[in-house]
Amino acid sequence: MGRILLCLCCLAASLGAHAGEVLVAVAANFTAPMKEIAASFEGATGHRARLAFGSTGKLYAQIRNGAPFEVLLAADSETPAQLEALGLTVAGTRSSYAIGRLALWSPDPARVDAAGRVLADGSIRRLALANPQLAPYGRAAEQTLRALGLWQSLRARLVLAESISQSYQFIASGNVPLGFVALSQIVRGGALQSGSAWRVPDDLFGPLRQDLVLLRPGEHSPAAAALLRFMASPDAHRVLRDYGYEVPR
Amino acid sequence: MSGVEARFRLQREGFSLDVALGLPGSGVSVLFGPSGCGKTSVLRCAAGLTRADEGVMRIGEECWQDSGTGRWLPTHRRPLGYVFQEPSLFPHLSVRGNLAFAGKRCGRRDPPDGDLLELLAIDGLLDRMPSALSGGERQRVAIARALGTSPRLLLMDEPLAALDAPRKREILPYLERLHQELSIPVLYVTHALEEVARLADHLVLMEQGRVVMAGPVGEVMASLESPLAATDQAAVVVDARVSGHDASYGLTRLDVNGVELWTARVSCEVGHRLRLRIHARDVSLALFRPEGSSITNILPAVIEAIAGERAGDDAMQCLVRLRTASGARLLARVTRRSRDLLALEPGMVVYAQIKAVVPVI
Amino acid sequence: MPELTLAPEDWQAIALTAKLAAVTLSILFVIGVPLAWWLARTRSRLGSLVSALVAVPLVLPPTVLGFYLLVLLGPQGPVGRLTEALGLGLLPFSFPGLVVASTLFSLPFVVQPLQATFSAIGERMLEVAATLGAGPFDTFWHVVLPLSRPGLLSAAVLGFAHTLGEFGVVLMIGGNIPGRTQVLSIAIYNRVEAFEYAHAHLLAGGLLAFSFVALLALQFINRAGVGAPGMLRGGA
Repeated sequence: MGRILLCLCCLAASLGAHAGEVLVAVAANFTAPMKEIAASFEGATGHRARLAFGSTGKLYAQIRNGAPFEVLLAADSETPAQLEALGLTVAGTRSSYAIGRLALWSPDPARVDAAGRVLADGSIRRLALANPQLAPYGRAAEQTLRALGLWQSLRARLVLAESISQSYQFIASGNVPLGFVALSQIVRGGALQSGSAWRVPDDLFGPLRQDLVLLRPGEHSPAAAALLRFMASPDAHRVLRDYGYEVPR
Repeated sequence: MSGVEARFRLQREGFSLDVALGLPGSGVSVLFGPSGCGKTSVLRCAAGLTRADEGVMRIGEECWQDSGTGRWLPTHRRPLGYVFQEPSLFPHLSVRGNLAFAGKRCGRRDPPDGDLLELLAIDGLLDRMPSALSGGERQRVAIARALGTSPRLLLMDEPLAALDAPRKREILPYLERLHQELSIPVLYVTHALEEVARLADHLVLMEQGRVVMAGPVGEVMASLESPLAATDQAAVVVDARVSGHDASYGLTRLDVNGVELWTARVSCEVGHRLRLRIHARDVSLALFRPEGSSITNILPAVIEAIAGERAGDDAMQCLVRLRTASGARLLARVTRRSRDLLALEPGMVVYAQIKAVVPVI
Repeated sequence: MPELTLAPEDWQAIALTAKLAAVTLSILFVIGVPLAWWLARTRSRLGSLVSALVAVPLVLPPTVLGFYLLVLLGPQGPVGRLTEALGLGLLPFSFPGLVVASTLFSLPFVVQPLQATFSAIGERMLEVAATLGAGPFDTFWHVVLPLSRPGLLSAAVLGFAHTLGEFGVVLMIGGNIPGRTQVLSIAIYNRVEAFEYAHAHLLAGGLLAFSFVALLALQFINRAGVGAPGMLRGGA
């Protein structure tokens, strides 16, 4: 037990020594862009961002149970609001850092047309999407199908993934011919990487706002404050666009 | 002379044990009885492997357990040797390792006793693993290992029962030699009369968790009240000395306390002591010394008692106990009809004709 | 195709994983061997209860187990309050926390093979040892353990491999913090989430190969142990 104590003390001391470090909890679907943003953040500010990835739900549970994260980049807007209601955040720091976009995608270059008419042509036997009850992108996909009046007819053919990552994996691995993914998963440098896709118009689903918030452990951290500022910088916005996110107004 | 006191009371579902034994401090005491009569339980209680509800276990001055005073030595603190029915060698140790296991724990570092290894003929097996031994070899090693702890008491639980007949014949001579060499008391469990006849000095007959009869083997076996008397196996054992050979007829003359008996030639030197078994069914009686009988061994004897005399006893046969001039006892099985025709009764002098004398050693 | 080499954070994750598996395995043996022995010997009802408790991680989804551990060890949980009161701080999101979680969820993988092996030894060998003057601890050390060698090996390999591969619980209790609680399985997950599939394949392939070799070695050793008793020589 003494050793554990010693380990913890060393850990605390070593953390204190690097004043310019911030521990960031990042929603898993924001992994790739955040790695790029963190790299340019480090270059621009000299602070270091340590990134811990996980699903927003898990991160929420961890924060409620004492996780030492200083900043949370969630995949939705509800989670940061709930944490704020619990008093686990620093007041007035919650804001949107990105707005997600939904796409219907298939690795097959000829499968999805640019207007998404494939959804209605009766050719679909299986369609992947994230579970609407678990993931914001799933909810957006459901709203889209309902808006198109296709929810009832396609309902029996839906393959529900536990997250938007899994939805992407179902499709990319060829197990499901097409489905809904986040635009950020299939776009690089503003261009579709492979296959065929339909960018779902924003008026078919509620906005996919991704919010960040400063958590209690980061209250007095200059590095955390710097990261929050950096998330609104042109450098960060360039990365967001690159990955198919919309920049919040 | 220090004796062994063993008293145990044990109540288990469907079985109860209640025995009080006072056994001699040397020689082999055999616990004999049908399976399930509690022989093995007595042995396990004596070893402390089973804890009797009430029990006393003493070897001479040493007390191993006494529920009256609360004294209890666990098995590993009791200086005893135990030979189990199936040869239970440690499979991960060689013969040498198995023997050393015992030696180390009684504070002996030196190699196993060479005489013992030779006596049990395992001195050539030391580097073998148990899996490379025959059943008989394993049991011999197990016996040597049990003796390797320098025990105050040797407990043997049907050590031959798991072996086939040839293996039994292979081991019995070793046991007999041990019997002659060992100075510690041995408690030996068996349900084979053959082993009783060959090994027992003291015999304890058990039935249903109780001791039915106990005493020197000659007395118990010659008793008309013993459960053995009622069986076809009724017999006496007598100790004899080889007093001469008759090479021309291929016979050996034996001396039983001054009485002369003849038997088929045994390859022992004159003076050698051996043990005889005389079955009751091989002894017939005559009122006068028979003339011109083909039977060689004819002895005068006095009828001590007759079993199955009660009126209305409908058994065809009865058992007669005789006492020879030398004091040796014999049992004779005769029909009730013969008994009545000859008007046999205690105190009469008769002539016992012995058809067969079987040396067991 | 970008050049494939392991990044420092991968090495960090590998080292952390190896350390975690080694520490966990040591603790598992210290706890698991006596526990399995007790379970193999006891006739009390408590034995069945403890047996069932030990097996819980086999049936509970790892994230569920992780979640409850998180709550239990967290600042509002009873264990968390205790560790804080003792001045140890909180266990989640630290290496000791990972060790606690790994020990719990790998426990059945160590206890069950050990229990099976110990049960198979049977009463007779213990009685023989006792009649030869060996006390309980002596018997355990010089008879039970040498006779249990294949079971001990199985338990070690299964416990080690399972700790290496676990994901759900360590992600929940550890928080995926690079250099502190980010183990190999989580590093793989991160690579997948970041679309760095080649990298993920490399790490996963390494983990797979290692686990496979370990399990294969176990098979060989166990087979050899059965075929040639001489292999088991030694001990006392």
